[in-house]
Amino acid sequence: MTDKMYTFRPVNVGRIVLWTLFALVLLVAPKVFTSSLSMTMLTQMGIAIIACLSYNMLLGQGGMLSFGHAVYSGLGSFAAIHVLNKVADGAWSVPISLLPLVGGLAGLLVAALLGALTTKKSGTIFAMITLGIGELVFSMSLMLPEFFGGEGGIASNRVVGEPFLGITFGPETEVYYLIAVYTFVCTVLMFAFTHTPLGRMLNAVRDNPERVEFIGYDTQRVRYFAFMIAGFFAGIAGGLYTINFEIVTAEVVGAHRSGAYLLFTFLGGALFFFGPIIGAVMMVLATVLLSEMTKAWLLYLGIFFLVMVMYAPGGVSGLIMMNLRLAAYGMLRRLWTSYLALGGALLVVLAAVGVIVEMIYHIKLNEAMGPEMTFMGATINTHGVDAWVGATFLLITGVGLFELVRRQFVHQWGQIQEDIEAENLRQQLH
Amino acid sequence: MSEHKASAQGLALELRSVRKSFGKTEIIRGTELAIKAGERVALIGPNGAGKSTLFNLISGRLPITSGEILLNGKPIHGMKPYEINRLGLARSFQVSNLFPRLSVFENIRCAVLWSMGERYAFWRFLSKLDAVNQRAEEVLDKIRLRRKRDVHVTSLTYAEQRALEVGVTIAGGGDVILLDEPTAGMSKSETANFVRMIREVTEGKTLLTVEHDMGVVFGLADRIAVLVYGEVIAFDTPENVRSNDRVKEAYLGSVLAQNQAAEAGV
Repeated sequence: MTDKMYTFRPVNVGRIVLWTLFALVLLVAPKVFTSSLSMTMLTQMGIAIIACLSYNMLLGQGGMLSFGHAVYSGLGSFAAIHVLNKVADGAWSVPISLLPLVGGLAGLLVAALLGALTTKKSGTIFAMITLGIGELVFSMSLMLPEFFGGEGGIASNRVVGEPFLGITFGPETEVYYLIAVYTFVCTVLMFAFTHTPLGRMLNAVRDNPERVEFIGYDTQRVRYFAFMIAGFFAGIAGGLYTINFEIVTAEVVGAHRSGAYLLFTFLGGALFFFGPIIGAVMMVLATVLLSEMTKAWLLYLGIFFLVMVMYAPGGVSGLIMMNLRLAAYGMLRRLWTSYLALGGALLVVLAAVGVIVEMIYHIKLNEAMGPEMTFMGATINTHGVDAWVGATFLLITGVGLFELVRRQFVHQWGQIQEDIEAENLRQQLH
Repeated sequence: MSEHKASAQGLALELRSVRKSFGKTEIIRGTELAIKAGERVALIGPNGAGKSTLFNLISGRLPITSGEILLNGKPIHGMKPYEINRLGLARSFQVSNLFPRLSVFENIRCAVLWSMGERYAFWRFLSKLDAVNQRAEEVLDKIRLRRKRDVHVTSLTYAEQRALEVGVTIAGGGDVILLDEPTAGMSKSETANFVRMIREVTEGKTLLTVEHDMGVVFGLADRIAVLVYGEVIAFDTPENVRSNDRVKEAYLGSVLAQNQAAEAGV
């Protein structure tokens, strides 16, 4: 897993196509997935995309491992809901469509205050300070119920003020399209940021802060400015959250949410700009869909995270880009049988792990419902020896198969990388 | 002191009784050095003489214990490295110190940005900064890495990394350049080309370079400063330094003998 594998870069024409596709997906998604559950998920995905992208400004682009990014999105949510209530009282007049900007400004302000402290340091100390600040803000939520609303949080109603062009933000669809517009614009802006002097110097600070000081830049300033911009976009995500849920509780600033930003940004891949978008989609799929399907979803998530950290530290986007690079050299087709075998073996492992985990959960949590449980449409007796023997056998077979195929795959992969190197050398010589 | 003041106008870099201690150990012991603008000076001396420490003091990486350092007549000791850099002093490092996940061109462009007034701008696209990009392309040509423009630093050969190290150093347009063993670890033929390149890119600038290769030192330098145990024991033209008894005794005799032995061996 060397850096060389990530050096593939798509051409500029592709960039326009990709942005158009992104806009189209945002536009068409609610027409394709029409159920109320998918609508809920789509709106949350938009919010998560902005939050994870803003987080990756720190992690992927600035090398800043923050454990407290939810502070900025969460306080953005609180600022937005207080303003929303002022609007509902008739005290203030702010269009609902601009409410996310209120969240953004709050995020920016808080990041300007706290960032002055955190960005003085880098590396482990930075990470520790963000962790401390995260805990501090969360504990403040219990001390200041006037602002944070205590246990119950603060509720509001987004259908207030004068409708603009007949848009009341009552129906979920209208909220979705508001979020979609913000998602698109914020994504474009954050991508544009990566092509500005500050954005590039942020990469330089990530790579080698020491040298940055000798080419005229104050590394603390670079980190501080980037931190504020990340806070701004996190705050926008927070404002959208307020509009979508109409209730904000203290958990939005909590360590769980901060951890989720980190985990899913990493899973999506911090090395590429679009990685966190994938991560955000996975975040909503996991927290909404997977958690509906099984009580053991956090366990599965943990296992998946472990496997990714060990075998694909570049995340899903890293995997995609590595394979696109092979495709660019026309070498992807050499791998498709291996991929098929890998996928097959993985399915067997997954099924085996799934059965075992679900059986354990059933025995521990659903014993009152009897020993029978259904898994993938099949009825399984969790007290029967055959079920356990079968599952164990399946697991051993799956792991064995996977390991066999994996070795073959690693060998093949190395061979292909060598061929690509040779090809590059040939091209350089000509 | 009056002598110093009188000559201050023509001096690019001046060290006045600079001292540096680490704990109780004094590494730099009252170093005096006055380098004229446009001069090429080689700093030589045995291992542990304090050459790299001296570079770190001048460039602001380490604070001095006492004394004064002046850049173009202005005191710079106590300043941060980036403040010193903004005043026109740029340095390279003995071990290549680059941005590994950026391309060769991006490395150079980063080094150009501040000097062209771009600072922390996040409202302008890099691709639209014509002056910056033009300067970066020029530097790319000067250090002969045009063909590696979009290659990541990790894919460069050692000599190419050394060239980029010099490129990043000069890209900001500083007029006082400090190079820390730029040719260390290179082959003879690589070194010859490299010295030619250094000559070109430092044309009209003030150069202070640490160097172990005596061929390079005598070929490149207008004057040579000999640092032994934290003191400059000689600062003179190459001819005079070569015939200086104290230098011979302290350092050069053994080095020249080694060099000759090495050449005879080859």
